Amino acid sequence: MTVTRDDIVDFVYEEARMLDEGRFSEWLDLWLPEGHYWMPLDYKQTDPHNMTSLLYEDDFMRKLRVERLNGERTFSQKPKSRCNHVIQRPFVDKFDAEAGEFETNTSMHYVETRLDEQFLLALTATHELKLVDGKLRIANKRVDLLNSDAAFGNIQLLP
Amino acid sequence: MGKYAGNPDAVAALVKQDQVHRDTYIDREIFDLEMKHLFRNTWVFVGHDSQTPEKGDYITTQIGDQPVIMTRHSDGRIYVLLNRCPHKGTKIAIDRSGNTGKFFRCPYHAWSFKTDGSLLAIPLKKGYSGTDLDQSEAARGMKRVGAVENHRGFVFARLATEGVGFEEYFGDAMSSLDNMVDRAPEGRLEVAGPPLRYMHQCNWKMLVENQTDACHPMVAHESSAGTAVRLFEESDWPADKPKPMAMQIIAPFMSPYEFFEEMGIRTWPNGHGHTGVHHSIHSDYSEASDYWNAMVDAHGEEKAKAVLDENRHNTVYFPNIMIKGPIQQLRNFIPLGPDRTLVESHIYRLVGAPDYLLQRTAMYNRLINAPTSIVGHDDLEMYERAQEGLHVDGMEWVNLQRLHQGEETYDSEVVENGTTERQMRSQFQAWKKYITLSMERVEQEAAA
Repeated sequence: MTVTRDDIVDFVYEEARMLDEGRFSEWLDLWLPEGHYWMPLDYKQTDPHNMTSLLYEDDFMRKLRVERLNGERTFSQKPKSRCNHVIQRPFVDKFDAEAGEFETNTSMHYVETRLDEQFLLALTATHELKLVDGKLRIANKRVDLLNSDAAFGNIQLLP
Repeated sequence: MGKYAGNPDAVAALVKQDQVHRDTYIDREIFDLEMKHLFRNTWVFVGHDSQTPEKGDYITTQIGDQPVIMTRHSDGRIYVLLNRCPHKGTKIAIDRSGNTGKFFRCPYHAWSFKTDGSLLAIPLKKGYSGTDLDQSEAARGMKRVGAVENHRGFVFARLATEGVGFEEYFGDAMSSLDNMVDRAPEGRLEVAGPPLRYMHQCNWKMLVENQTDACHPMVAHESSAGTAVRLFEESDWPADKPKPMAMQIIAPFMSPYEFFEEMGIRTWPNGHGHTGVHHSIHSDYSEASDYWNAMVDAHGEEKAKAVLDENRHNTVYFPNIMIKGPIQQLRNFIPLGPDRTLVESHIYRLVGAPDYLLQRTAMYNRLINAPTSIVGHDDLEMYERAQEGLHVDGMEWVNLQRLHQGEETYDSEVVENGTTERQMRSQFQAWKKYITLSMERVEQEAAA
């Protein structure tokens, strides 16, 4: 497969659509097992290990999060939350077709709702993608909330 | 006049030994009285002195509803000042932390204050000649809180000028905090980054009570911890390989009732207490030999063993913090309204210990205490449902009877079955004592 810039951009759009449509199992399959989903707590945080983050999820935690959403006794998801990403066209910051490594930077507005509550987050998502066996996969993803240091209520789905 | 202001008897009547009235959680007037009395008369956590290591460093926070600044003065000591200019009331600092140099300067009229709060200068001072400014409260500078105590880096303050002493208030309960600090080979902790900040639409006391509620984990957290255990069992994890850290942290939440019964609860006077007397959900963490060796070098083998054999789970310091000694965390339940509480969860580095301990602590914080935490979601759902459910009329009491065997006293240390609600009962007795302590009795008009 020859990867084009459009393929990279489409990938980011399609991932957002999967999350919005609740196709979480498909979303899990986008990931390379050793990848991390990182959402820093501090503005421009550089270290995910020695200070707190909002998320720094390996494949076990990603799977647990998704499994829990459908659990019989997951009371905070009865009723379920819904989410919506409105995304700006991604910047392709790295395009190394030879190595099969790509990086994007995407501004998004994320809305999550449950019952009568709804909130909006502005964020920048950074995707590191790799071409493995002819398919684009997520090697790492970082989500920087514009107000990561603000006090939030529950954020139950995936910004 | 409302129902409770000026009527300490009515406030006291909300707390019976084995049940409490819902107004303690949902009534605005009670909340205001808590701020005015309970949070003035008790010793409240302010911050850790490693948050302000250099002269001129400060943080802003609040004690009850009172905005304060914790500063490091040129004498090296920590001061806690009320965050308003004595001139017109402007807040002096609004960022959460910073360094102000040698003095604070009010951004409105440039009155300036030393970092211990005392007045430094007023521009165009001649405008006050012939006035009685030097007799005024304003000329004394930024007001200090009533009393401050720095206990091994942890700074507590009492707003009231007169009142219970620090030692008398905490007594032996400080043993949990001491154990947390003793776990550092160098005998001190350092804050690691900013706290998680998690907003809860519920009363602050629900959070405090939940810290020693040993009958909820296997129920409320079945969704997260139960699913984790199942997923792990379904995976082909080699038996001889250490479990992933995340599993070490989450799986013990699913321990059976017997585990929590046997772990024990210790209660001290004034509403302090802890779960995990004999063992706890933190007991089975694997420790590496480099940490053990550092502890033995620092303390000798006997003391190192004694320090690390403590596995206290959650220690509540009444009114509104909880610490976890074995993983160096402090959660501050900051009351913002009867149905609104900000939870700030701090983590600390054991100075002289290997980094992996801090990494586990940071992981625990994000897995359990974050607004993005699946375990946090379980708990907040319960608190918010309770906050709404308490508005049901005709059923106005909250039951605290578990293992209440007749009349209890709360003036000495007691160890009991870990599922008792005695710690919650004890907190409410302390609540009653400190909220009514400074309330003046205003004669009620006779009912018509």
